[in-house]
Amino acid sequence: MARRIKIPATKYPVERFTLANGLRVVLTPDRSAPVVGVAVVYDVGIRSEPEGRTGFAHLFEHLMFQGSENLEKLAHFRHVQGAGGTFNGSTHLDYTDYFEVLPAGALERALFLEADRMRGPRLTEENLLNQIDVVKEEIRVNVLNRPYGGFPWLRLPPVMFETFPNAHDGYGSFGDLDSATVADAQAFFDRYYACGNATLAVAGDFDVAKATEMIHRHFGDVPARPAPPLPSFDEPDLTAEKRDTYTDKLAPLPGVASAWRVPDPIGDFDNYLPYVVLAEVLTDGDASRLVERLVQRDRTVTSIGGYIGFMGDEFQVRNPTAILLQAHMPPGGDGDKVLRTVDEELERLAADGLRPGELERVQARIATHLLRDTDSVLGRALPMAVLELQRGRPEMLNELPKLVGEVTEAQIVAAAATLRPERRATVEVLPGAVS
Amino acid sequence: MSIKPLPDLIPDAKLKLPKEAERTLAGGLTVIAIRRAAVPLVELRLRVPFGKASLPRATLLSQALFTGTSTMSSVDIAAELQAVGGGLSAGLDPDRLLVTGNSLASGLDRMLEILAAVLTDPAYPNGEVATERDRLVDHIQVALSQPAHLARTALLKRMFGTHPYAVQTPEPDQVRAVRPAALRTLHAERVRPEGAVLVLVGDINPEKAIDAAEKALGSWTGPAKTAEVPPTPPLQPGPLLLVDRPGAVQSSLRMALPAVDRTDPGYAALQLANLIFGGYFSSRWVENMREDKGYTYGPHTSIEHYLAGSVLSVAAEVATEVTGPSLLETLYELGRIASLPPGEDELEQARRYALGTLRLGMSTQAGLAGLASMYANFGLRLDHLRDYSAALATATREQVAEAAARFLAPTNAVTVVLGDAEKVQEPLAALTAVERSAE
Repeated sequence: MARRIKIPATKYPVERFTLANGLRVVLTPDRSAPVVGVAVVYDVGIRSEPEGRTGFAHLFEHLMFQGSENLEKLAHFRHVQGAGGTFNGSTHLDYTDYFEVLPAGALERALFLEADRMRGPRLTEENLLNQIDVVKEEIRVNVLNRPYGGFPWLRLPPVMFETFPNAHDGYGSFGDLDSATVADAQAFFDRYYACGNATLAVAGDFDVAKATEMIHRHFGDVPARPAPPLPSFDEPDLTAEKRDTYTDKLAPLPGVASAWRVPDPIGDFDNYLPYVVLAEVLTDGDASRLVERLVQRDRTVTSIGGYIGFMGDEFQVRNPTAILLQAHMPPGGDGDKVLRTVDEELERLAADGLRPGELERVQARIATHLLRDTDSVLGRALPMAVLELQRGRPEMLNELPKLVGEVTEAQIVAAAATLRPERRATVEVLPGAVS
Repeated sequence: MSIKPLPDLIPDAKLKLPKEAERTLAGGLTVIAIRRAAVPLVELRLRVPFGKASLPRATLLSQALFTGTSTMSSVDIAAELQAVGGGLSAGLDPDRLLVTGNSLASGLDRMLEILAAVLTDPAYPNGEVATERDRLVDHIQVALSQPAHLARTALLKRMFGTHPYAVQTPEPDQVRAVRPAALRTLHAERVRPEGAVLVLVGDINPEKAIDAAEKALGSWTGPAKTAEVPPTPPLQPGPLLLVDRPGAVQSSLRMALPAVDRTDPGYAALQLANLIFGGYFSSRWVENMREDKGYTYGPHTSIEHYLAGSVLSVAAEVATEVTGPSLLETLYELGRIASLPPGEDELEQARRYALGTLRLGMSTQAGLAGLASMYANFGLRLDHLRDYSAALATATREQVAEAAARFLAPTNAVTVVLGDAEKVQEPLAALTAVERSAE
């Protein structure tokens, strides 16, 4: 089993240029299927929203679909879907993305739509009130009306972090959402939705020269506006364990999640990457360390997962971030016992290293996941847009399987050794459901 | 403000189907292999007919399928698959057991060998089965606290009555009573190649991939104990069923309406009517409920196909305070589409969406594999896409109006609401007859 499987690589071409107004563009053509993916990513996320305006970055994402310079409310949706395509957007800690996937013949339409809202969304009182209601329903569906809502992504950051940007609720409080104004939205757009603060990526079935011309034609007249200075959101690491416990009145079973800070994903990538692999060594499938021990042998958890970044976007997050483990337990489960076992397994890994073949098979599986994600045009356009935005290196998407394959046992062992209890933040959810 | 014209669409090229091959092996397994070489991976889907199997046993079998063979433990299976970048998992629906997986293309032979070992030499070790049984019970407990699950459970019962489809999740106590020996028996009787279809899609040579499947799975033989599910009963519209969930901050509104199967000559027209009503974001119901009223976040409708019948389902989570008004708007939009023909523009928009998203769905290995496997479930092949596309392209406004009148009329609807009954019963009762759930 120790034989090393060759990890294949993709060779997606990458063309980059910057328009005179500062918009950065990435093109990655591929004629194998008659579809295109278009992604526009703005360098603003949950961490950038002002105090007293929790949830605002996400609310603003909704407003970007509510009409723009040449488009009435509802027109954006109808034009994308009426072209045979699909669309969405999402708000992350460090960026907000907007995207479409369409039949190839609709590329220019998608570029027109994105350029139109980059020039300016229609920010009206009526649309704002309507989307505040919609966002509140989204929060009810995903958090308030369901068991384990927001566990752990909304529950763990306030235990781990001290500063508002890192610790606050990214979905927002109803109070903050209700008091948002059109003036707030306009100020947010003016500050963060500058074309110098955005990247555009196009992947799929198109001709590079024609697409370049279209991009110049549609985005060239977006007024030049520079990016605001990028703040540092860093804060000191924990020096003593921090914990919180809460009761979820809808949850039938207990759960526990822990996080430890990891190196800067961008500034210190070489030291960061081993943690990405470590998360999989610990939790990817029945042959992983913690699943084998906690689920199968001890039966102290019913499921356990591990990943980096509170939203699972390990190659699209800036410093500070964390490696997370989250587990659901059987009735009467004991979070402390689970954590003690995790500590024991981490110590064993740090002391004894990996078994023969263990690293290679985990690397092979990560490669499959990475490659699979890039099979869709959006799976290339979106990460390339973010890699351009955050690192100026969209071609890194091709390199990730190989880079993962180069992580060594010594690096995994060293990473495991840093996950000490005193650097850990933990949140436990207690069942409050009457069963 | 400058006025800029919306760019025209360049019409789609003719639908191009990928290269594929098919062979039925001596044991009765049909293998379909499709080449899409975009990434050096292969996707695997295996469906095994499983209708009318004992629900608690079949559900636990699907959870425990990879717990061991006579020579491999669950950890060995997982590690051996991982070594070729692979992973396999199993799931169950009322018609079939479905194995889903993928690996590096270079690992296809190994993945097939491991799959074959699991299918032909299963052990269901006592300890591992006990672990999976406890986990399944816990997962069902969690599901029972999910409003979407509870609403669906109530709707299925209301729709299907005594038909086998009426219950799709076993009770925790039923699962607790399942012993490993029962899984071994069920596996021996039902996990058989007769009528099963294996789909492989990826960076493969289709003929060679089928050879590999034949080599690995040639020894999987034996007749299946088959069981045909009787046709689903017609929906019985009646009072709205209100299921109490005290303290809920949202209500789950669910409706079932009749539908036709995929091969029915009227299916394309019904799908277009469904899209115009509520089947995509730019539909009347979604624009009304979300973008005009702000009652809900993700309302959706879809046509669900089972082997024994099809149904059109309507689903929205709405704030408790607007539960009555949400039902009102839903009944209004159903009544409107059932009574008035759609506009030309909205029909064309829905048509282009339906045709475009077919192409999007085919553009990845996983999408193609899912589509081919799902079609195979109904005895269809990918070339059905040509017929279906042609039917979507030519369905007339009159045909769509006719389908809407026949299937989407609100008098056809079976309706369930899960919510805080104390707060929502009165507003709902103002609109329709309401019956409280006995539970």
